[in-house]
Formats: sequence, structure tokens, C-alpha cells
Amino acid sequence: MAKYLLLKHYRGAPTPVNDVAMDQWRPDEVEAHIRFMNDFAARLEGSGEFIDSQALSPDGAWVRYDGEGRPPVTDGPFAETKDLIAGWMVIDVDRYERAIELAGELSAAPGAGGEPIHEWLEVRPFLTASPTVT
Amino acid sequence: MSVHEVELRELVPRVLSVLVRRGADFATAEDAVQEALIRALSAWGDELPADPTGWLITVAWRAFLDMTRSDAARRDRELRFDTEPPAGAIPSADDTLRLYFLCTHPDMPLTSAVALTLRAVGGLTTRQIARAYLVPERTMAQRISRAKRMVSRDGVDRPGDVRTVMRVLYLVFNEGYSGDVDLAAEAIRLTRQLAVLVADPEVHGLLALMLLHHARRRSRTRPDGSIVPLADQDRSQWDTALIAEGIDIAQAALARDQLGEYQAQAAIAALHADAPRVEETDWVQIVEWYDELLRFADTPIVRLNRAVAVGEADGALAGLAALAEVDQHVPRRDAVAAYLHEKNGDLELAARLYANAARNAPNLAERDHQTRQAARLNQHLQHHNSSFGRRDGK
Repeated sequence: MAKYLLLKHYRGAPTPVNDVAMDQWRPDEVEAHIRFMNDFAARLEGSGEFIDSQALSPDGAWVRYDGEGRPPVTDGPFAETKDLIAGWMVIDVDRYERAIELAGELSAAPGAGGEPIHEWLEVRPFLTASPTVT
Repeated sequence: MSVHEVELRELVPRVLSVLVRRGADFATAEDAVQEALIRALSAWGDELPADPTGWLITVAWRAFLDMTRSDAARRDRELRFDTEPPAGAIPSADDTLRLYFLCTHPDMPLTSAVALTLRAVGGLTTRQIARAYLVPERTMAQRISRAKRMVSRDGVDRPGDVRTVMRVLYLVFNEGYSGDVDLAAEAIRLTRQLAVLVADPEVHGLLALMLLHHARRRSRTRPDGSIVPLADQDRSQWDTALIAEGIDIAQAALARDQLGEYQAQAAIAALHADAPRVEETDWVQIVEWYDELLRFADTPIVRLNRAVAVGEADGALAGLAALAEVDQHVPRRDAVAAYLHEKNGDLELAARLYANAARNAPNLAERDHQTRQAARLNQHLQHHNSSFGRRDGK
């Protein structure tokens, strides 16, 4: 089994095909989307491939060390930051092709007009644990 | 959770107090009680022993001696405890109260106080607490042992602060339900126990507040987890027995004429719970109680909630005027502004504010809820605009 991170972005991913802000959808389209997302996670739990899923607030700050005895410097959020992660799902699957297949299904979540959003999701393999046999 | 588990956990403060009275140090005694509890859960099955407290004390004491002996092998003080336990006084209510205070040391981070209270007073296992707070068991174990080190270091005789205990219990209550432990129910159980021990009417106010919130729990979310706002809740699902009990406790506390923030909040919750239909809510009195609450807790969140009540009592414009005085950065301000502007008929502004509220929502359920509100208004606006022959869109 191998773990993969499916990353969803607020900003920084290529523009999806069906690009309409969610508050502009019809209420039943919003419902359909939420149901799809819940069902998707439940299905992966059922198949034993689900590990974790979390959503992130768009707010955040950049922080760095500012020297001995000084409080850390905080800044941002920077409007010009190109990449802004919205959340993730971690899955544990047999092979890379299965991760791609699942990300493709997730990207088909319905959006405005009940049509798939075709959202771009980033699929990142976890680095594996150290080998037990060398 | 087995049938007897809650009964079993109710014995924990007594058992722990006995060990401490016999001279055991708090940290080791607490570990020993936990050990006895875990053994009891597997040994007792469906049948309680004749004297469960005696059983637990004996097993906990033996576990304590084992722990001390293996310690003592290093530290050479094995003569301190003989196998025959000293008689020790019978633990009193004060002992249990002292446990609450020990677990909520003023210098302790609140997360540690919460964890230690749930274990040492509530009798939950580290695993249960870890699952309820969605953290790894090892992390929770560390949090608890650090907290216990703090208690051991500062001794057991410092004066307790019931305000901190109440804050900890209310935090537990608000955590709600995840894992196999119902933290809200557990917080109510521990607050009930505290209310027996402490005469402070604020403790009774807190208990009433919890009961009144808990009574509405079933109606607050749909099966899919989505939020049902107070106005739309199915009031036939409210637990009327809990409401009656909450109102009784709140009234008895208020009659003692020592008002405080929990009593004021309980009064507000009681007025909501008492209305058979949302239209019958006594908003004027609710605003009055918010004014009282401000005397004890003048926070942006209280002011925000007050603005909603003013909007219901005196109309949307009055509500918006009250909102104007609320800190711009308080969470959920956009959601309240959206609601009041919608009520005032400014649907386009309301829709924009609902979208902002969704963007800034602190959790997914609220984000989804505010997104639905924005979508509902935008659909209405599109429909309205197109029926007038305008299709200038969004």
C-alpha cells in the first residue's frame, strides 16, 4: 500500500473547466456538491482506502525566527502568494494508478449547473518509511 | 461503552481521594486508580461486585504499592508503605472538590486542565480522551503526565478557584461528541457533581445553561451533519424534561440574587427554550438579559449576539445600529450582518456578506451553511431580476 496526498487549492491550480464561485450556484447544486463530497469520503472509508481529510481556512500568516530573545516575525497573508492550499485528503491505495483514478473521480464533483467542476487536484506520493530489507 | 462504565467512573474521585488520604502522592495514586479502572472494565463484565468501591480501592491500592515498590527499588524508600493500608479517614465531599481544584491548576494550560479533569475526576481512560479530542494517545498521555507533575510540584494545598473549574467544564461541554465518549454528557455529569459540592449560584447557572443547550441537541443538526439554525429547529424534538430541569435550576439560582455571567446566559437560553414557536420568543426580555450579561462579560461575542436579539426585538435597523458598535474582527460578524441586512430587505448586500461569512467560517458545517444562504439569496435575486426582464446577471 502507498499513501498519497490529494491537495485542493484555493489559488495556484490551473483554472477548472466549470469555474463559478460556489455562492453563485443554485441551492440544490450546493446540496449536490456537499453530498458528493460526503459520499466520496464515506465510500473510501468503506473500501479501506481513506486515511484523513481536512479543510484549511484561507486566512493564515507567515512566520519566521527573528533572532535570540526576540519574538518571531509574522507577516501576511500575502495577496501575491501564488499557491494557497484549501485542504487535503490522504488515501492509502495499492498503486499509483488507483490514486490517479480516485483524484479524477473527486475532480468530477458537481458544481454550477450540476456539471462536473473538472477541478485540478494535486496528487503527491508520501515518501515511504525506511526499508526493512536492505 | 459498557452499561456499568458511567457508574464505575462515578466512583473514581472517591477511590482517588482514599489513596491520597492514605498518603499516596497524587500522580502515582492517579495512575493506580486508572489501572484499577481498566482492570475493572475487563474483570466485571455484566455483573458488578457486591462492593464496587471497595473492590476498586483494594485493586488501586495494590497497584499503587506495586508502582511505588518498583520506584522504591531505585530510590530505596520501600519501607514507607506497608502492605497493610493505614485506615485513613473516609473521604468527604471536600475531597472530591479538592480534586477538581487540583486538576485545574491556575498555571496549567487549559488543554491540560481539561485532560486531567476528565481522567482524575471523570475516570475516562487516556485512550478515550485522546480519541475524543482527535489527538494521538501518546500525545494525550504526555499532556496528562505533565499536568500531574505540575500538581505534584506545587503540592495539594493551594486554594482552589471555582471559576477555572467552571471554565474547564464549559470547554469540555462545547467539545460535543466525537469518539465513543459523549463529552457534553460527561461535562454535565461533572458539573452536576460540582453543583452538589459548591453553593455558588454561578455553578448552578452553568449547569442550567448546559442542560438547556443539551436539550436542543437533536434538533441542531441534520443527519448529514448540516446546521439547523434555532429559528428552523423542530421544537418537538427538544427534550422537555431537560428544559424543565434547566429552567428550575436557573430560577433557583437567580432567586439568590448573586447574578453572574453563567446565570445570565442560562436565563437567555431558558427564554429560547421556553418558546413553543420561534414567533413567541420574548426577544425584549432576551435583550435585557444581554444587557445584564454585558456587566459581567463585555466581550465582542456577547455584543454580537446582543445585536441579533436587538434586531429581533426592535427591528433590523436597530440591530444594524447595535452591530455597528461591534468589533470588526469578531468571528461570525459577517454572518450576523448578512442576516440583519436580509431582514432589512437589502438582499444584494446580504448575499455578498453571506459569501464573506462562508469564506471566514471557522468550520465546514458553518461554511456550508453560509454558502447555502448566499446561494439561496442569489437565486432569489436572479429570479427577481429576470422576471423584470433584466438579465444583467451576477
